Amino acid sequence: MGSVLKIILQRLALGFLTLLIVSVVIFTAVNLLPGDFAQSILGQGATPEAVASIRADLGLDQPPVTRYFQWLGGALQGDLGTSFAQANFASFTGTDSGATTVAQQIAPRFQNTMFLAMVTAAIAVPFAITLGILAALYRNTVFDRATNIFTLTSISSPEFFLAYILILFLAVLNPIFPSLSNIFEGMPFSERLEKSMLPALTLTLVVTAHMMRMTRAAIINLLASPYIEMARLKGLSPMRVIVKHALPNALAPIINVIALNLAYLITGVVVVEVVFVYPGIGQLFVDSVKIRDIPIVQACCLIFATAFILLNLTADIMSILSNPRLRHPK
Amino acid sequence: MILWIVATLLGMGALAWGFRFAGQAATSNGPKFRDMPFGVAYGYVLGTGILLWLIWAYTQGRSADTAIANKFFFLRIAIEGFILFSIAAWLFRILGRSVGTVWSKKMFRSMPLTASFGIMTILIYAFLAIFAGVIAPYGQEEVILGAAANIVPGGDPALGGDPDFYFGTDQIGRDILSRLIYGAQNTVGIAFATTLLAFFLGGTLGFLAATLGGWLDQLLSRLVDVLMAIPSLIFALLLMTIASVWAPQLGIPLTVFMVLIIAVIDSTRVYRLARAVGQSIVVMDYIEAAKLRGEGLGYLVFKEILPNATAPLLAEFGLRFCFVFLTIAALSFLGVGIQPPLADWGTMVRDLGGFVNFAQFAPLAATAPLLAAGAIALLTVAVNFVVDWMLHKSSGLKE
Amino acid sequence: MTEEPLLKMRGVKLEGRSDEKWNPIINGVDLTLARGEVLGLIGESGAGKSTLGLAAMGYTRDGVRISDGSVEFDGIDLLKASAAVKRELLGKRIAYVAQSAAASFNPAHKLMDQHCEGPVQHGVMGRAESEQDGIELYRKLRLPNPEQIGFRYPHQVSGGQLQRCMTAMAMSCRPDLIIFDEPTTALDVTTQIEVLASIRDIVEQFNTAAIYITHDLAVVAQMADRIKVLLKGDEVETADTRTMLSAPTQEYTKSLWAVRSFERPLKPAVLTSAVPVVSVQNVDASYGIVPVLHDVSFDMYEGRTVAVVGESGSGKSTAARCITGLLPPKMGQILVDGQVMPADYRKRSKDQLRQVQMIYQMADTALNPRMSIGQIIARPVEFYLGLKGAEKRKKVDALLEQIELEPTEYYNRLPSELSGGQKQRIGIARALAAEPKFIICDEVTSALDQLVAEGILRLLARLQDQLSLSYMFITHDLATVKAIADEVVVMKDGRVVEQGPKQEMFQPPHHPYTDLLLSSVPEMDPDWLTNLLEERGVDNIGDAAVGKM
Repeated sequence: MGSVLKIILQRLALGFLTLLIVSVVIFTAVNLLPGDFAQSILGQGATPEAVASIRADLGLDQPPVTRYFQWLGGALQGDLGTSFAQANFASFTGTDSGATTVAQQIAPRFQNTMFLAMVTAAIAVPFAITLGILAALYRNTVFDRATNIFTLTSISSPEFFLAYILILFLAVLNPIFPSLSNIFEGMPFSERLEKSMLPALTLTLVVTAHMMRMTRAAIINLLASPYIEMARLKGLSPMRVIVKHALPNALAPIINVIALNLAYLITGVVVVEVVFVYPGIGQLFVDSVKIRDIPIVQACCLIFATAFILLNLTADIMSILSNPRLRHPK
Repeated sequence: MILWIVATLLGMGALAWGFRFAGQAATSNGPKFRDMPFGVAYGYVLGTGILLWLIWAYTQGRSADTAIANKFFFLRIAIEGFILFSIAAWLFRILGRSVGTVWSKKMFRSMPLTASFGIMTILIYAFLAIFAGVIAPYGQEEVILGAAANIVPGGDPALGGDPDFYFGTDQIGRDILSRLIYGAQNTVGIAFATTLLAFFLGGTLGFLAATLGGWLDQLLSRLVDVLMAIPSLIFALLLMTIASVWAPQLGIPLTVFMVLIIAVIDSTRVYRLARAVGQSIVVMDYIEAAKLRGEGLGYLVFKEILPNATAPLLAEFGLRFCFVFLTIAALSFLGVGIQPPLADWGTMVRDLGGFVNFAQFAPLAATAPLLAAGAIALLTVAVNFVVDWMLHKSSGLKE
Repeated sequence: MTEEPLLKMRGVKLEGRSDEKWNPIINGVDLTLARGEVLGLIGESGAGKSTLGLAAMGYTRDGVRISDGSVEFDGIDLLKASAAVKRELLGKRIAYVAQSAAASFNPAHKLMDQHCEGPVQHGVMGRAESEQDGIELYRKLRLPNPEQIGFRYPHQVSGGQLQRCMTAMAMSCRPDLIIFDEPTTALDVTTQIEVLASIRDIVEQFNTAAIYITHDLAVVAQMADRIKVLLKGDEVETADTRTMLSAPTQEYTKSLWAVRSFERPLKPAVLTSAVPVVSVQNVDASYGIVPVLHDVSFDMYEGRTVAVVGESGSGKSTAARCITGLLPPKMGQILVDGQVMPADYRKRSKDQLRQVQMIYQMADTALNPRMSIGQIIARPVEFYLGLKGAEKRKKVDALLEQIELEPTEYYNRLPSELSGGQKQRIGIARALAAEPKFIICDEVTSALDQLVAEGILRLLARLQDQLSLSYMFITHDLATVKAIADEVVVMKDGRVVEQGPKQEMFQPPHHPYTDLLLSSVPEMDPDWLTNLLEERGVDNIGDAAVGKM
């Protein structure tokens, strides 16, 4: 067990190192911006004193390295800084509204996005894995070819195309689900589920296609291995061959596929949230990009990257854990 | 509702059992039906059921009752389109088998219908992109004088169309057909250029890393690892935010920045592949033989490695193109990609998206955004079909 | 043979799918096997032996089908039987032993779990009984530590032992028939012998019928009662083993036996005053920090062949890498014509590089698949000799003629359009094009079928006589050594164990390892294994013997 633990600790360390470097990259990228945030917030007519006070408020007068560590330290404690748009608004009206920090703005939306991702995963994972295994078992049949064409098409289509198609058929022509996902806090679960259904289905279509193809490839690869042939030649029933001989070895690739595709969800979520006006982190991100609200853009980026790295890390560790060669060293 | 679904599934199960039993009886217990698992029989029944439903839906789409016809309008169009494209692809394959060089004829002979559909579609897009200026009836930015805004596609005045603008006009009175055609030039052209750039960057560095190894390989690979740890669309959006501030200050169009940003982000994937392919070739004995002969780096890369890497790289080019194309479309859709007034499919979908909600009463109006989105999907589907076939072929040859 | 045969195959035709159509693999072969009989199935690669072996179980791999004929096992027609009936036979009455034991055991389960699966699932024995029986079988197969070995995972057990565990697994239900599909091909000679002996013993003990598939004539001579020879999907000849060996009737079968007869005349001893063409002096080398060569020294003289022999991992290929400069030695030096060569090939001059050429084991990876034969051979001609245009073409044509390939026919072909033997010839021509003094031949014949291999050996011998070339011949096959070597260097674990002229090396007294290596190479005599086992004693074979040294 010792060597496995060592490998896993190594991977974890590497993952956190990557995360650290990624945070540097994001911070540096943002600091490539020309001019001064304070200036751009207040506009051309601002007095130098006002600009200086805003600069001090936002900590912009510090050197970049100090600011990076302040930002990082804050981020670790859940403090992601102050939204420019909100700061602007607050200084403009002279009032201090409740939601000025980035964290306060992001938190509810983050929950919404997590909800959407979980609903999607709950539908997509079992569906895709079953479909993938079926396609692998009945490969080169009509069923396999039809699913191949179907999945290729849905991978190739932009998310918004799939979204509009679903809106067309499931919201407009057959009003089963609402086409706008106006979700708010305190909404009952069933209603929330109903409103998130279309975005979740859109994401399901995209993710299922990827996941199914990868599962199929992994299973076919596995079924071609000599020990499966051996199991068949031992006269075992097809069920036993699959459950006892294929499944334990298929676990690692399948977990890998799931983690990779959940990571893929992160990208898909941005576009889909915009189409359905779903109040998640993706939509916030796009809105902030448009109005150049740097602290929010920065924070969202960090959150997305963290999720992405963590999922990949999970996949990595899971596949190490399910490898008998590593679990039972010589 | 749920009861209905369960009943249908059970009913189909019974049908499947009956089907298998009948098959066994009819073939006097032949191996095909005797060893058929129940799941397969179920699959046959399910497939037949879906097929029958589609036929029924198609007849509904042709119904005289407008309410019903409207409801099944899109399904009808989809089925007609599917059949039309299948026939066209089939004809195209026959054409390819009889015209052209020996090599191309041979290629078409073993080609599945999906791949011939893909090649045909790519050729059509290329033609549209190159000759957009000649084909398009109006300019892409031209707000046509005297034409109303938001003319419904279809060209039927009774339904709010105009025969002069068969695909209708957009919200400020530009011809949608012309913008679609110019979109081929802009969207596809920009995506193509970006992919080329990404390949040039990633390919060169990848092969260098594979051939030279050592610290250069380590440095580049770690850098790529970090860049790939950030989801590409998110990273692109972040950099586009920054670029959108720089662009006006430097007087360089934002689109140029977009091409550079996406090319750099995407070159990391190309780098990975080129390095892996390069490494698998570098360990070959013929490379060792060339090294021991005393050959220089240039000869090694251009004469020995590159010619052997073309097949996987070509397939990757197709996949990367799709990816870049979809990323650009997504950026444009989100409003930070290709900038107006250039005609672009992603932007068109965003601008016309609201019309989807009219589908129940005026199905034609809803087609406008779907046309632009469909144009994107069609091309990526086509490229993917061709790539799928290429990969299948090259993996089949190895066995 | 009055009783009904155990297995009866009649007119079996097999087809494989490639390029969107079905191509024949086996064109109508008959096969009859009595109870307790061992039939050897031999043929070159691509003869369809394995496919036929699987067809005897009524099984085909993906992309293969039985298009005609019948397979009858103990009166049951396997091709018409239902899947359930076949499952009942497989494992219980017909078992299979695959070529690669490492790949054929499921990495996720312990050996014993896999061993007991068959008996328990088929209802032959209970788990505890089957486990006890497994230990008994392991003991019979002379596996070390039979009580515990079954409770390890496949990757924790060595290749030769794993192969025996698989034989035990095949035996677990006491089947009537076992198909052995090249069970020892992936093993070293000293390990092979142990597996052969235990397989033969256990098959005899339980009176199990077997089909033994291999390409190695000497191996099949030890194992089989009868031999069936296949060539490109057709049966050539079937006969009793002794009859087959002493009096083959078909031309092809005769030619198979003739391979072993090629041997070069002995050359006079080297003059003590002669300067070696290449001299390896006290070389130590390592990959990273793992040492692979220890104080290796040997000389190679003009017009002579030095065979470097040893099992996998003995360091023979590493020695070649040191000579070429791909792996600079940690200590010691390489001399060519008495001149010290720079250790790293990148520091050697063009002329120094030219003098040492190499021919590779796998002709497939040694030739650039995107270059024509003409381009491949022309490159060194142009690079080293500076020839251009018509002169270059003339030289390439001359080289092609030298390797017995028609220049006009082959000049523009791609490597993929050539057979394995032809590709190897192109590799030779490329080496010759540099006009070297010394050529390293790294297992050049081991990937080739025997007849083709012999052609290559004859060609190399002729070229040596014509051009006074000096060869370093790396091989693990002692038959090849006998055929072509003048001097022999035996290596083990990165050290030279023994070296000297061939006639001395093949005559006792030897170093014990040389002795073991030499005596482990199967001979065409059907009594060889029996005699050897008697000579060595049961506990002194294979790994056990190596371990005692």
